[in-house]
Amino acid sequence: MPQQEIAWIDRTPDIPQGPPALEEAVAEDEKLFVASYLQLMWWRFIKHRMAVISGILFIILYFIAALCEWVAPYLPETSFIQYQLSTPSRIRWVHDGRLQRPFIYGVNTKMDLETARRIYTEDKEVVYPIRFFVRTEEYEAWSLWSTDRHLFGIDALIEERSLGVVQGQGLFILGTDRLGRDLFSRIVYGARVSLTIGLVSVIISLVLGLILGGISGYYGGTLDNAIQRLIEFIRSIPEIPLIMALAAALPIDMDIIVRYFMVTVLLAFVGWTGLARVVRGRFLSLREEDFVMAARFSGSSEIRIILRHMMPSFMSHIIASLTLAVPGMILSETGLSFIGLGLRAPAISWGVLLQEAQNLRSVALAPWLLLPGAAVVLSVLAFNFLGDGIRDAADPYA
Amino acid sequence: MLLYIIRRILFMIPTLAAISILSFAIIQLPPGDFLTSYAAQLAQEGDLVDEEELEALAQRYGLGQPIYVQYWKWIKGIATKGDWGQSMEWQKPVAELIWERLALTVVLSMSALLVSWFIAIPIGVYSATNQYSILDYSMTAFSFIGLGVPGFLLALIILYLAHSQLNMNVGGLFSEEYMLAPWSWAKIMDMLAHIWVPMFIVAVSSTAGNIRITRANLLDELNKPYVETARAKGVKETKLIWKYPVRVAMNPFFSTVGWSLASLISGTTLVAMVLSLQTTGPMLLRSLTAQDMYLAGTFLFMLSTLTIIGTLISDVLLAIVDPRIRLEQ
Repeated sequence: MPQQEIAWIDRTPDIPQGPPALEEAVAEDEKLFVASYLQLMWWRFIKHRMAVISGILFIILYFIAALCEWVAPYLPETSFIQYQLSTPSRIRWVHDGRLQRPFIYGVNTKMDLETARRIYTEDKEVVYPIRFFVRTEEYEAWSLWSTDRHLFGIDALIEERSLGVVQGQGLFILGTDRLGRDLFSRIVYGARVSLTIGLVSVIISLVLGLILGGISGYYGGTLDNAIQRLIEFIRSIPEIPLIMALAAALPIDMDIIVRYFMVTVLLAFVGWTGLARVVRGRFLSLREEDFVMAARFSGSSEIRIILRHMMPSFMSHIIASLTLAVPGMILSETGLSFIGLGLRAPAISWGVLLQEAQNLRSVALAPWLLLPGAAVVLSVLAFNFLGDGIRDAADPYA
Repeated sequence: MLLYIIRRILFMIPTLAAISILSFAIIQLPPGDFLTSYAAQLAQEGDLVDEEELEALAQRYGLGQPIYVQYWKWIKGIATKGDWGQSMEWQKPVAELIWERLALTVVLSMSALLVSWFIAIPIGVYSATNQYSILDYSMTAFSFIGLGVPGFLLALIILYLAHSQLNMNVGGLFSEEYMLAPWSWAKIMDMLAHIWVPMFIVAVSSTAGNIRITRANLLDELNKPYVETARAKGVKETKLIWKYPVRVAMNPFFSTVGWSLASLISGTTLVAMVLSLQTTGPMLLRSLTAQDMYLAGTFLFMLSTLTIIGTLISDVLLAIVDPRIRLEQ
């Protein structure tokens, strides 16, 4: 570590030379002094480059989750009977030596009689250009209206053989699964479940954490002690075995939606302790502050002190810890569904999709089945960086 | 010091009691008691259901009596006879099934803990003392990715890569010939040859976390006046860093050994399923899906007890390295 030179006489001039520079500096300071809290936080936040990138990614991910029917080229249950475990379609730019818009060649399926595996070969004559806003399968958007426009896809005739089973060329940018279902579409649909389950369970654990952590930090004493022991107790039980044991008690024939909520509640029940500790810490440090004392002396009620005076000053910290708590929830859900105790097919989440990649044999045969894991990692990283940025920005005066 | 340790041990008793109640509650969660399913299973397999035997089991575990009586019988059996209950699926007492798996889990998580410290501390110290260097940036990137990749996914990827690139199977803790063999010197050596891959996979995410903790804590410490004082007195830089601020920065490690152990055991559970290790994870999952509840409850109880013991160790370690805590009482 380089030694810092200590100068007893500060030789740098106090006053910047020339009036224009001074005015500029004053203007700069002026801007800082009059800026609102939110404005300061924003300036601090956009300095954290990874956080900004993650913020954009975060918006894109939730946009995809909200509009998954439209973003996915096919319905998640549509199985292309000719293309089981098909390799990802190769997107090409050059046909007959000429550059053109991205397209894929038609793919022929042949059965290798020796290994009983399908072999996919490209037919260089048939060209399917990839287009935006193509009309293919019909779907119900938010169960409000039905349409057949998708964000992208190819114009190829799909013939429905029986319910959900179709024949024809499809665009599989990430390959297909065992039943010939487009993996990309399934990941996109899975985003809706996996990304919301993290948010919802974090919100439930926030409510628990706010109440218990708030009581603990605000009143202190015996109550505080009891709640702290409870938190230590829950944290000392290994999380995954505990969630596994609780999830195993859920009836197997549960409705998908009920199961989704039960899993959410389970995750929140195990995960609220971290947030409660943060809330308690903030309450402890704030309750001695002068402005809280002032509010108490002017006769504010307890609830008003908490909501009106204390909450605003730690809200940003709470949001930061919330953001940092989401990845844990997403990972727990993925792990739980992966071993078959969380959500179950026909529900689609990234963990459920990873179930297909559970053993070495299927991964060796179709490594693209691991791609839902990439979606998990991507969103977990986005949340981590975003939370980091918010945490730094939460204290703009520091 | 001895008094301190005794007090901590006494503190463990209520926690253990709470954990035993929770584990027992989980045993009771599935509908019906285990005898009914046991009898059903016997009948299904075409065995003769021995009424007398059922009666004896019902007596032994107090089935049909109020919950607290059942709990009392269960806990008394554990405390006095080491009787953890009966595993229906294996048709063996639970006690015969769990010890080897628990021991392997402990070995795996403890070695992962040590590995993660040995890797994380030097890297964290380097990152803090050379802040914003290339290595610091790449280690920060590594730690973020390490925190983001779930262990079971990493295990799958490594399995796949080892299989496709090296044509090796890295799963399992033992070679086939030792799988069912009784413990011997050769079996231990065989395990030592296999334990590396699971150990590193389990250690990755906690290593990533520990690097960040070391770096952040050390950065806080480096600006403190005592560091400046030591430097002013001419203490060599390496000695100065390792002797004072690093020791302070490492305190949170010792105080959270218990919790890191809990999260490592959690992590091991899923990784073990992918790599088919003979630790508690896969057997816990099987017992849960088969509703073999005495076995599942015992696992939960024992795994939690492990972390409680971990917390005890961490308290003692902390008292050893940080005199302030010893003097407080």
